[in-house]
Amino acid sequence: MIKEATPAIEVTGLACSYQDYKVLEGVSFKVRSAEIFFIVGPVGVGKTTLLRNMVGLATPVHGEVRFNGRSFTSADPAERREMLKSFGLSFQGGALWTSLTLSENITLPLEEYTRLPRDEIERIAAFRLAQVGLAGFEDYYPSEISGGMKKRAGLARALALDPTIVFFDEPSAGLDPIGARNLDRLILQIRDTFGTTIVIVSHDVDSIVGIADRLIMLDVQTRGIIAEGPPGALIAGPSDPKVVEFLTRRTVRSG
Amino acid sequence: MPASQELTRARASARTEGSVLEVALEGPWRLDGETPRWSSVVGGARPSAVRLRADGVSRWDTSLVAFVGEAQRWCSDAGVACDTALLQEKMRLLGGQFAESLRAGARDDHSRSLLVEVGLSTREAMGETRDFLQFVGECWIGAKRLVAGQAGFRWNDCLGEMQKCGAMALPIVSLISFLVGITLAYSGAIVLRRFGGDIWVADLIGVAMTREMGAMMAGVVLAGRTGAAYAAEIGSMKANEEIDALTILGISPVRFLVLPRVLALGLMMPLLALYANCLGILGGMAVAYTTLDIPPAAYWVEMLTIVDLPDVAVGVIKSVVYGLIVGLSGCRRGLQAESNAAGVGQAATSAVVTAILFIIVADAVFAVVFNAIGL
Repeated sequence: MIKEATPAIEVTGLACSYQDYKVLEGVSFKVRSAEIFFIVGPVGVGKTTLLRNMVGLATPVHGEVRFNGRSFTSADPAERREMLKSFGLSFQGGALWTSLTLSENITLPLEEYTRLPRDEIERIAAFRLAQVGLAGFEDYYPSEISGGMKKRAGLARALALDPTIVFFDEPSAGLDPIGARNLDRLILQIRDTFGTTIVIVSHDVDSIVGIADRLIMLDVQTRGIIAEGPPGALIAGPSDPKVVEFLTRRTVRSG
Repeated sequence: MPASQELTRARASARTEGSVLEVALEGPWRLDGETPRWSSVVGGARPSAVRLRADGVSRWDTSLVAFVGEAQRWCSDAGVACDTALLQEKMRLLGGQFAESLRAGARDDHSRSLLVEVGLSTREAMGETRDFLQFVGECWIGAKRLVAGQAGFRWNDCLGEMQKCGAMALPIVSLISFLVGITLAYSGAIVLRRFGGDIWVADLIGVAMTREMGAMMAGVVLAGRTGAAYAAEIGSMKANEEIDALTILGISPVRFLVLPRVLALGLMMPLLALYANCLGILGGMAVAYTTLDIPPAAYWVEMLTIVDLPDVAVGVIKSVVYGLIVGLSGCRRGLQAESNAAGVGQAATSAVVTAILFIIVADAVFAVVFNAIGL
């Protein structure tokens, strides 16, 4: 392989546990810059756990995570805060702060990290909301909008600080097929416009096949990665039957 | 063979043909009706083979499946051939699945021995202690940064919380402290009257309210009113991943959620305690006037002979500490809550219990300390 630039994300020998159960062991992979990268696998395999360990919401038992060549796992709190600025996370249910309006949800990170004047911050918030198709909803509270809208508002918040890496936890969960496709389109658009690196945890085969550049697939038995590569190549190539089965929704194995 | 008249309940009749036990199922097999059990049908018989037939069954559901399954399980455990050829295809299939689910060892052993349980609890307690110290440390660092003016403190949030925990608690604090004043006056009068010292009720109420009861009652009311609300609010934020959303943005939940709340309580509690003192004294005055015939002016003058600034100061110092206890335990339990609906309820309950427990403990410590320094 050609020697490539520093990967946006580099995970080495990561072992994670959920409560007391060892979920994953020796997980290593790299995500290139401006790539749409999927972490896939059946429900309960530890995809979200892996994501939480990568972004510091959980502490890995073992291993290292590097962002743009800088170690995140061994960073001190100040360094970590600095690095957190460069990524956004779109939560499964949106996770909007319920006591704040949509606009305030987006202005909060801007207030924390920038010295922009108040009106400028509010204009940016309005622009972010418009980007995800929520123009005019600035003064609504999260309880007043639908699940799909919450999700999009959560994405707007994740994008607030122009992150270089955006993580998505099950973006299509709880969305109808059209809503899911629109979200996929939005994700593609963000990547194409801003060159954002995108990491998505999902088991939605349509969006995996639709927009993934590359993916890793996790497996319960091996507690690690059983396949890595572009979805097309994985389906066509000589990969584990489990992978083909998952990606094509066909039974491959006999019996 | 089907009975001539339709059966109203399920029946399983066993018949021995040589060494073969033939069990014929008849009637409607329904979960909500009475159905025979395999164990009672087979009794103590030891056949060399079992044959099941179901031509007389009019309707059936899982109750029949359970019967067939148990029969098959019994046969395979006893090493007896089980002939199900005369059953309907579906019954055979489902019965087989039922028998499989009865297989010993199919269920994971989830029980724990006493030793394991003790070990796990110990580890949990150690983890809890560490987490608690970490939480207190984080609050301390946050407070230090606040005093140094480094952190962008959310004064707006704090003011809102002050209104909620302070001003809006006035009615309930008024009622409770007034009633406490009344009950103290009545019980004091019982003793003091024996010595002809009715007037000393004023001294008793004055000292008890300012030193003890004002702060204590305000603390208990706020533990139930505000501490529980904090735990529930922060707990449901946690269940909704809102706390994670703060963390991922590098915003410390302690700075953003805990400090404004704890500070609000720390500031409002002394005011509420002073207010409770006044109301308690008024309650005592009312009893003194109506039942002991002590005029309010005499009551007031008598009270001032004993209540001094240090007494009021003792109450105020205590109330600040109680406020911090209520705020910290509410927020702590909220942040600790399990991420589900039951967890939120539990957090609210344990916030109140923790707060009241620590208020009482702190009161005892204060009693010893103030006695030692002669306050």
